[in-house]
Amino acid sequence: MWWQIVRRLLIFLVSALVASIVVFVLLTVVGDPARTALGTNATPQALAEMRLRMGLDRPITTQYLSWIGGMAHGDFGTSFVTQLPIGPQIGERLLVTLWLVAGGMVVALVVALPLGTLAALWHRRVAGWILSGLSQLGIAVPAFLAGILLIAAFAVELGWLPSGSYVVPATDPIGFLKHMVLPWASLGLVQGAVLARYVRSAVLDEMGQDYLRTARAKGMTLWRAVIRHGLRNASIPVLTVLGVQMITVLIGAVVVERVFVIPGIGSFLVDSVARQDRLAVQGIVVTIVVISLAVSFLVDTAYALIDPRLRRR
Amino acid sequence: MIRKRARLLVSAAAVALVVSACTAGAGLQPSSSTGDQSTQSATGGSTTPSGGSGSTGTETSGTSGSSSSSGSQPAPSDGTLTLGLVLEPVSLDFTTQSGAAIPQVLLDNVYETLVNQAQDGTIVPGLAEKWTVSPDGLTYDFTLRSGVTFSDGEPFTADDAVFSINYVKTKWTVNVADAMKVVASATAVSPTELKVVLSHPDNLWLFKMTTRIGAMMSPKHVDKLATEAIGTGPYVFSNWIHGDSITLTRNPHYWGSTALEKTIVFKYFSDPTAMNNALLTDQIQVITTVQTPPALKQFDDKSKYTIIDGTTNGKVMMTMNDARPPLNDVRVRQAINYALDKPAILKAAWAGYGTVIGSHEVPTDPWYVDLANRYPHDVAKAKQLLAEAGQTHLTLTLALPPVPYAAAAAPIIVSQLADAGITVKTTNVTFDNWLAKIFAKPYDYDLTIINHVEQYDVTTVFDGTPDYYTQYTNPKVAELEKQGLEGDHATFIADFQQVMRILADDAAAAWLWAFPNLMVADANVRGLPQNAIGESLNVFGLYTS
Repeated sequence: MWWQIVRRLLIFLVSALVASIVVFVLLTVVGDPARTALGTNATPQALAEMRLRMGLDRPITTQYLSWIGGMAHGDFGTSFVTQLPIGPQIGERLLVTLWLVAGGMVVALVVALPLGTLAALWHRRVAGWILSGLSQLGIAVPAFLAGILLIAAFAVELGWLPSGSYVVPATDPIGFLKHMVLPWASLGLVQGAVLARYVRSAVLDEMGQDYLRTARAKGMTLWRAVIRHGLRNASIPVLTVLGVQMITVLIGAVVVERVFVIPGIGSFLVDSVARQDRLAVQGIVVTIVVISLAVSFLVDTAYALIDPRLRRR
Repeated sequence: MIRKRARLLVSAAAVALVVSACTAGAGLQPSSSTGDQSTQSATGGSTTPSGGSGSTGTETSGTSGSSSSSGSQPAPSDGTLTLGLVLEPVSLDFTTQSGAAIPQVLLDNVYETLVNQAQDGTIVPGLAEKWTVSPDGLTYDFTLRSGVTFSDGEPFTADDAVFSINYVKTKWTVNVADAMKVVASATAVSPTELKVVLSHPDNLWLFKMTTRIGAMMSPKHVDKLATEAIGTGPYVFSNWIHGDSITLTRNPHYWGSTALEKTIVFKYFSDPTAMNNALLTDQIQVITTVQTPPALKQFDDKSKYTIIDGTTNGKVMMTMNDARPPLNDVRVRQAINYALDKPAILKAAWAGYGTVIGSHEVPTDPWYVDLANRYPHDVAKAKQLLAEAGQTHLTLTLALPPVPYAAAAAPIIVSQLADAGITVKTTNVTFDNWLAKIFAKPYDYDLTIINHVEQYDVTTVFDGTPDYYTQYTNPKVAELEKQGLEGDHATFIADFQQVMRILADDAAAAWLWAFPNLMVADANVRGLPQNAIGESLNVFGLYTS
């Protein structure tokens, strides 16, 4: 089991390193960062000065090593466009997005587990078909559309909830919750619908297994048997999907961030690309890659915790 | 995985371009966006209505820009007013970052200028309470207000003004700074007396001093311009939540009357619908730039919302490549103008907000001549001109930058030109490509639609030489402009009126409409400037009733 974790950790580190090299090379060969920072009217002397300040005169390997070395210490550098340190900004924006994603995934689970389980248990009944149909509908609706519809209904028409913007939870917890309800719902309902499909098929699979028949033969009701034994087994494929979804949502949150005017990491990336802030884009992309890899790593590790059979191999 | 991420980056870039382009209606400044500006200081310049040679500025009440509220002034309040804007600044430093976003927030509100531009375009006192211009138009003597301090407590003196002017000449990297090249010397005669000598007469210079290059800065803080803003204005920069909002608070030690609203928040929305929703749900009190006029219907309730329909300096035009055949034939360009039904275009594309124009001018320009009807809608006449030019089967491409007015106007233009037998193919171009290939050499386009937002920019956009993307060449225009800029007021107006007529007669472009300043505000918000004249969104007179 420990060897498993160490091996996965190594894979995680190597992937992160490779990703950082690719990101760096891709973004360094494109354009002239000094000219971008100074604008089109810059004199040749100013450009040369800026190149020196940005360290662009050094060999590319040196540039990479100093960048990655700084990041290892949490120093993402200072943007030459905004002249602000990048690390703290990524931290700030990432926290916002993590709140958004975490809440969205909780909503997704709360929706998907009962919906999927019931759809499986009732798969021969009309009620089951209706639940399946509902989740199908949810899959078809993109999160931003859900967001726009929720805003139209609950913010503009009914006036119950704010239409957007972000409130720092530490300063105003109630306001934070109020502002997050609609974004969480628009992310969570759509992802929940997707997840519900997987929960349904996973539970259906388990219902055909021998151990469940045995459990029922011992006199357990179908419900109890599924909840007691089935769900734990069904959770492995569901967990895989959940991990993938979390990564998708993390990256895809930008759309929801735009609709709800939330200053998250996705908006930061889009803005940085727009203002050609190379250093910031590098930092953000690498951060997102590392988080995605970390989620995969955690999901892999979680298998071992849930399923004892995977521990011994 | 990696490839997917690279693709994400590309598509993210595309999203961002669309987003930033949405603001171009208000924010795009083509003539300050590329480096091809060498002609500007040579021919650049116009006069200002009140600023002819030898004139003297006099004290008028209040500062410029802010509209004086009707009725009695209310008492200052401790409230907060939140304004919705589109384009968030990149940094606070407009000496190295071009674009409209930074001066929109900081100019006049935080940084002040020696002279200001009033709502009617006249030049009024700012930090200089009066000034004289020598008869030869070369020497400007400013008398500065005494008792003015920067928000760090240091006094503002003529030395700071000299520093600020020289700083523009030596350190600014944005090309608007070129307008300061005409200054030969700036000297502090005494703490309140400033003498500026120009190398040649340039009536435009005083007007330019009302824009960002005239911002008075403190020598102590210029190394932190990107993150701090220390000025003499009625507001101080207080806070910036990146990706969300910038907050200004009242300067309690302001030399003039106290600002009425304690806190002003500039909140940024990349999505127009999100901004509309924010006003509908009372999270902001003002939409400062309406990007989709047809969406104004939801603010019809006059008891709740005020729609402000003022003017800007923006000229929305279909630019033609005047040097490229067959558009180098004046008959073809005239035919295109006859084929367009401009009032119909304005009505369909921009819900009728704005004014149809027929030359490179807006109704508030001092030389304005109404040429909107120079080419009345006449398909037969258009066909006849095309036949004379031997262009009966004309096919042209129309390049569309990602700006809402271009997308809105293009379909109608295409169908109207089709009626006259001209086939127009539209292509969408990214904003980067527009700047790199159309606005800069090789000027690779037939037609494009853009809003030229700068005030008095005819001397740049149509300078009579082929050195600009319009490629309009006419020595007579160049001569008239030069003569007007260096002559007295009457000569200037007469010469520029003639320029306007020549441009219209030559159909140098197909001008469409003068871009409106469209805002929506909560009904109890008072003191919003009606017209977007200068570079700032002046919030000094703003309050809620």
